[in-house]
Amino acid sequence: MNFSNLIKIAYQAILRNKMRSLLTMLGIIIGISSVIAMVSLGQSSTQNINGQISQMGTNLIMVMRASQRQGGVNMGNSSSQSLSPKDVEAITSKCRNVEMASPMVSAAGQMVRGANNWPGSMQGGNTDLIKIRKYDIEKGTNFTEKDILEFKKVCLVGQTVVENLFPDGENPIGQEIRFGKIPFKIIGVLAEKGENQMGQDQDDIVIAPYSTVMKRILATQYIHMIYASAISEDACDIAVDEITETLRISHKIKDGDDNDFNVRTQAELLSMLNSVTGFLTILLAAIASISLLVGGIGIMNIMYVTVTERTKEIGLRTAIGARSRDIMAQFLLESSMLSLVGGLIGIVFGLLLSWLITFALDWPFIVSISSVILSFVVCAATGIFFGWYPAKKAANLDPITALRYE
Amino acid sequence: MANTIIRIDNLRREFVVGSEVVKALRGVSFEISQGEFVSIMGTSGSGKSTMLNILGCLDKPTSGEYFIDNIAVSNLSKDELAHIRNRKIGFVFQSYNLLPRTSAVEQVELPLLYNKEISSKERRERAITALEQVGLQDRMWHMPNQMSGGQQQRVAIARAIVNDPVILLADEATGNLDTRTSYEIMSLFQDLHSKGKSIVFVTHEPDIAVFTSRTIMLRDGKVIKDVAMEPQSAKAALEALPKSEDY
Repeated sequence: MNFSNLIKIAYQAILRNKMRSLLTMLGIIIGISSVIAMVSLGQSSTQNINGQISQMGTNLIMVMRASQRQGGVNMGNSSSQSLSPKDVEAITSKCRNVEMASPMVSAAGQMVRGANNWPGSMQGGNTDLIKIRKYDIEKGTNFTEKDILEFKKVCLVGQTVVENLFPDGENPIGQEIRFGKIPFKIIGVLAEKGENQMGQDQDDIVIAPYSTVMKRILATQYIHMIYASAISEDACDIAVDEITETLRISHKIKDGDDNDFNVRTQAELLSMLNSVTGFLTILLAAIASISLLVGGIGIMNIMYVTVTERTKEIGLRTAIGARSRDIMAQFLLESSMLSLVGGLIGIVFGLLLSWLITFALDWPFIVSISSVILSFVVCAATGIFFGWYPAKKAANLDPITALRYE
Repeated sequence: MANTIIRIDNLRREFVVGSEVVKALRGVSFEISQGEFVSIMGTSGSGKSTMLNILGCLDKPTSGEYFIDNIAVSNLSKDELAHIRNRKIGFVFQSYNLLPRTSAVEQVELPLLYNKEISSKERRERAITALEQVGLQDRMWHMPNQMSGGQQQRVAIARAIVNDPVILLADEATGNLDTRTSYEIMSLFQDLHSKGKSIVFVTHEPDIAVFTSRTIMLRDGKVIKDVAMEPQSAKAALEALPKSEDY
């Protein structure tokens, strides 16, 4: 039996029942297009998040306070008083792979300017903080080392703060705002940065010298965290080790004892977010796979009915010289063709769907070749797997009985 | 003496139904030569369907020998039987057995699709020739539901002769047709016979058997009569029919 003849036979049989073939394919079309669209969307969202994180600075390193226990009671992270400005000095002087480091203290409060007010937190840092956090100054200047030493009440404000405290469009530079009861002079305005991947407004920010925030607002000798930047993204891991070692020495932590601080890099955040979005992709693909499975069962169902309905045809084909394996091949080919054509249409639909969604959400549109290939393989496998049992049944029909079947 | 194309020798076929053994054929022997037009007759239960299934290589005898074109069929595998059916046998059925929604040409091409030695061009040519032989040159692209019973049976006959078989097997081929159409089909068979085709025609109607040149009568799985005779002309019978149907 010639293979091209076999294809012709299967193709004629499919065309003979256009409506039924189309409905059978519909299951596969929906299954495949949802798999493609879901995987593609999952990858787009991952890419989207990655893009935002690298904008934040992938060489960013954060040193946080570790939780402390007092008499067996875990006091949590915020109560811990393990970091001080001295640690920042130690890091900048001893860690070669650290480019910049800044203390960070923040105080929440209400900012008032004339009749307008706005809630926010004042973040205290050194002169490098805005560079580490990748802020640019749009107008005015950064504060200086001298401002830090003198506990000057000066601050830099973000766009959101400007919009809320100066709704009339006045120039905020040189103006005075009150943070709680303390007046601060605005010396600079930060350029707009937009939202971060968590949806936080990065322009809702006020930055002041850390010494001012520590002494005048919080009255504390400790800082909340340290922001540092590695000399490059690749040096992050070495920088983390250096920081850990430096802080263990300066905090006099004995070998074997736990650190009283945590060092985090964006890579960790990145991998955490990736694992979340990866999980999301898998979840979406799993749900889509179920619809693919249902589509496959649809094919099996139809092929099974087809075999019964076409018993006489099978009898006739046997009588005019078809061997069992020709009959088997015909039915397998029919189911494979249905699922492959359905799969192709599904791939086109799926890509179209994900393109539309990514276009609407302004996400990057990613065509995952692997998911397309996988879908194609799954289609072929579905056709063969779900077509096999009905085809076997057709091939095993007794020709005499089949010919007399009414 | 013409070539012997079918020789069966002491053929037996038994079926086991539950605990009983049903003996459908109890030692049948005969020979058919090339160019014969044979009718196999018998009442229901006489074993003629079983006989036809074995002649058509759809079934194998329990014992005895069957040679078609000097090939011993009894020892062949299922695939080899399929090959014999494809090359040496043409089937015509009572209920036509045409594929739905398939044009006449494609119906006739069907047996050749299972023969890889024939190109698609030759396949189409032979199908058209076969349809011309049965007088359906104007119905090439008609679907079964666009044709009368007689025309459908003609398509089936064209399909049976397209592979140029050694023997044409017809199973109650006129059973679903009215008298006039039956005579037309018999006339067609006589026509094919006169062109040299060997035909075995299974029927239970004596007035159809008269158009054949030899009758083998079966009863209870045995041959009770095997007579040669001068066939009546189906064309003459057709003309003798009253024309009262024309209204």
